[in-house]
Amino acid sequence: MDPHAQASADWRPRIVAFFCNWCTYTAADLAGVSRLKYAPNTRVIRVMCSGRIDPQFVLDAFTRGADGVLIGGCHPGDCHYSEGNMKLLRRVHLLRRLLGDMGIDEQRLRLEWISAAEGEKVKTVVNDMVATLQKLGPLAFPERAAAWDLEMDEFERALAPAAALEEVTHG
Amino acid sequence: MNSNGAIRIGFYICHCGTNIAGVIDVDAVAAYAASLPGVVLSRDYKYMCSDPGQDLIAQDIREQGLNRIVVASCSPLLHERTFRGAVERGGLNPFLVHMVNIREHGSWVHEDGGLATTKAMDLVRAAVRRVVHHIPLERSRVPVHPDVLVVGGGIAGIHAALTLAAAGKKVTLVEREPSIGGHMAQFDKTFPTLDCAACILTPKMTAVKAHPNITLWTYSEVTAVKGSVGNFTVTVKRKPRYIREDLCVGCLECIDACIYKDGKFADEFNLGLSKRKPIYVPFPQAVPAVPVVDPEHCVHLKTGKCKDLCVQICAERNAFDFDQQPEFIDITVGAVILATGFTTFDAKRIPYYGYGVYPNVYTALEAERLVNASGPTGGEIVLPDGRAPASVAIVHCVGSRDADYNRWCSRVCCMYSLKLAHLIQEHTKAEIYNFYIDMRSAGKSMEEFYNRVSEEGVHLIRGRVADIYPETANGKDGHIGRVIVQAEDTLIGRIRKIPVDMVILSVGLQPQDDAEDVRRMFNISCSAGGFFLERHPKLAPVNTFTDGIYLAGACQGPKDIPDAVAQAGAAAAEALALIDAGFVELEPNTAYVMEEECSGCKSCIPLCPYSAISFAEDVLKATINAVLCKGCGTCVASCPSASIRQHLFEDAQIFSEIEGLLTHA
Repeated sequence: MDPHAQASADWRPRIVAFFCNWCTYTAADLAGVSRLKYAPNTRVIRVMCSGRIDPQFVLDAFTRGADGVLIGGCHPGDCHYSEGNMKLLRRVHLLRRLLGDMGIDEQRLRLEWISAAEGEKVKTVVNDMVATLQKLGPLAFPERAAAWDLEMDEFERALAPAAALEEVTHG
Repeated sequence: MNSNGAIRIGFYICHCGTNIAGVIDVDAVAAYAASLPGVVLSRDYKYMCSDPGQDLIAQDIREQGLNRIVVASCSPLLHERTFRGAVERGGLNPFLVHMVNIREHGSWVHEDGGLATTKAMDLVRAAVRRVVHHIPLERSRVPVHPDVLVVGGGIAGIHAALTLAAAGKKVTLVEREPSIGGHMAQFDKTFPTLDCAACILTPKMTAVKAHPNITLWTYSEVTAVKGSVGNFTVTVKRKPRYIREDLCVGCLECIDACIYKDGKFADEFNLGLSKRKPIYVPFPQAVPAVPVVDPEHCVHLKTGKCKDLCVQICAERNAFDFDQQPEFIDITVGAVILATGFTTFDAKRIPYYGYGVYPNVYTALEAERLVNASGPTGGEIVLPDGRAPASVAIVHCVGSRDADYNRWCSRVCCMYSLKLAHLIQEHTKAEIYNFYIDMRSAGKSMEEFYNRVSEEGVHLIRGRVADIYPETANGKDGHIGRVIVQAEDTLIGRIRKIPVDMVILSVGLQPQDDAEDVRRMFNISCSAGGFFLERHPKLAPVNTFTDGIYLAGACQGPKDIPDAVAQAGAAAAEALALIDAGFVELEPNTAYVMEEECSGCKSCIPLCPYSAISFAEDVLKATINAVLCKGCGTCVASCPSASIRQHLFEDAQIFSEIEGLLTHA
């Protein structure tokens, strides 16, 4: 488990989900109509196409305290807008590398192709992701960022005399 | 309209009877919403979508000066339109409402009421923050082309085309086979009334050909679809028949004249039970009554060396054209009705039923051809050795209701199996054994028909057939040996082994083999089994998620003739409603460029699948044509300078949603 993560007994992973209107959002509706039961950890934001999902949405969700981000789009070749999902896929590949550099486990960002008929898949994906995040523990990014800020402040303080000198030199 | 100035949000939470309120604490959510910044009014109501519920919103807008509305209820895909209407009636721009889905994504999928309530509160908080950033928007209108394309010339496509044509609309009916008629043309009699399929179908087929508003293209396929509701451009491939439809009078003398004196090649219409020549019509009442030349087998087309007796007999009519090439024609239509039908389950997939192994095991469709007076045997039920069977087993649910094959009930098999039992008994006086799992005879006059057949002395055995194996070897003289049908009779709890001369497998209905390609071409969705997906199973059963594309018949799921016809009528009515409105209102969720921020990098231009983005050379900026933009938002997310935005999905709206979800108040 992550050293920053101090999961309390009642901690529940929070997942921000971005679902495309035509496939995955509809599949989630179908899961509802079929009365499938799954973990109540996701909060869905509906976009028309997964191609609308800006990497900044994902980063913003993590920095505001999400433990995981789930993206759902149409299967390759099935995008309602022909290939917005593939445009998203390219971004997700880049985003994963960036998240790694930020110390965010890759498994915290999950991309799934879920068609309008796959209500069952919404259930299994959400449950599986919750189980994964339970194992990873809280991301607690805001707290970590605060700790980093403190470290940076100390670092700057330690460097302060030298920095002041340099400033004079180059003044 | 009070959309400017101080934000005054009205919040409404729906009980949906007990659908929501049975799980989620709606009072707590309403009280919580009331505490959120900007919310000046918070109410709960039994059914928000009902007239009084909607009136409540409209009245509050007027009396309380609300300028933003949040409704927590069911999915926006179900009722967003409803609540936009209510908001509009209150005098507010319809796009100042946002819905929170706490039913499909809440009470219906979570058992823990406390957690579902917390989730609802999070979603409400996000919506309240989001709706602040909503601005009034206008819908744009695009004209609807008045013509309609119907794909598939079975009974559903025929009925839809005739209905539209009767309403004065120009219809193009595209059928891939050489004749319209579909599966119904292959049937002998139809359950439960036993009227002859051809007698009720062929007049409609002729009416299609005769109708001045219908352009009938048989032996043709749709190969490409562009555009969207109101304005589709469809490419149709017309395969060469090698006979000109405009010159042929349908005398069919060329078929008699062909150098092949007898049929030699498997006849598709009779499922290979008879032979046809290289020039043929699928069946005598084919529409159009124009023969087709099969290029695989025609001597002229294969070798160029033939006496061309067919051409000679055609003489001055001169309808033959051996140089015909596939022709690709673009047509423009406002709406499309898909009536592409079904295929039957391939019985060879179940090895222990011996289809394709034992010559006396038939599929139900083959049996239809055998009992049909215009079929390969002239309506005689005979085994390959020429004898009439003395005993026949009819096996229900072949490939249906089976976890290994198709899970669904094919709906028509019980009834057609009873019909075949009746007809075969009538023709041959044979002993008939129907093996069924459950007898499904729902629908008007169906149960009565079942009772009638059971009183006629057909043996009805409740048990799934486990095995079919030979009793005696086939004789050297060509005599076909009997097979034993083994099943557990679940009503008496005994294994029964019944020797029979003939077995008929009641194969189920499944999507056409190329349904997936058709689905992609028309940009619609499929259900789990591969049938085309309707927009809503109850409230929009002939609509698809793609506006302007409607479904009729068994392409949407197994159904009998009355249901296929009813659905075809409904699809035609939906298409008429679209066309007669004359225009469609487009969602204003289009993308737009903030010109002052655009750096002119052009990276957005190749991303747009609709070529809606162009580069304005005079100002060196990208511009978006709102009529072409379909509102996916891909360019918005890709713009490096964040200078492209999208109505209804603005960055500010989505960021405030994220913030709202994750900020505990």
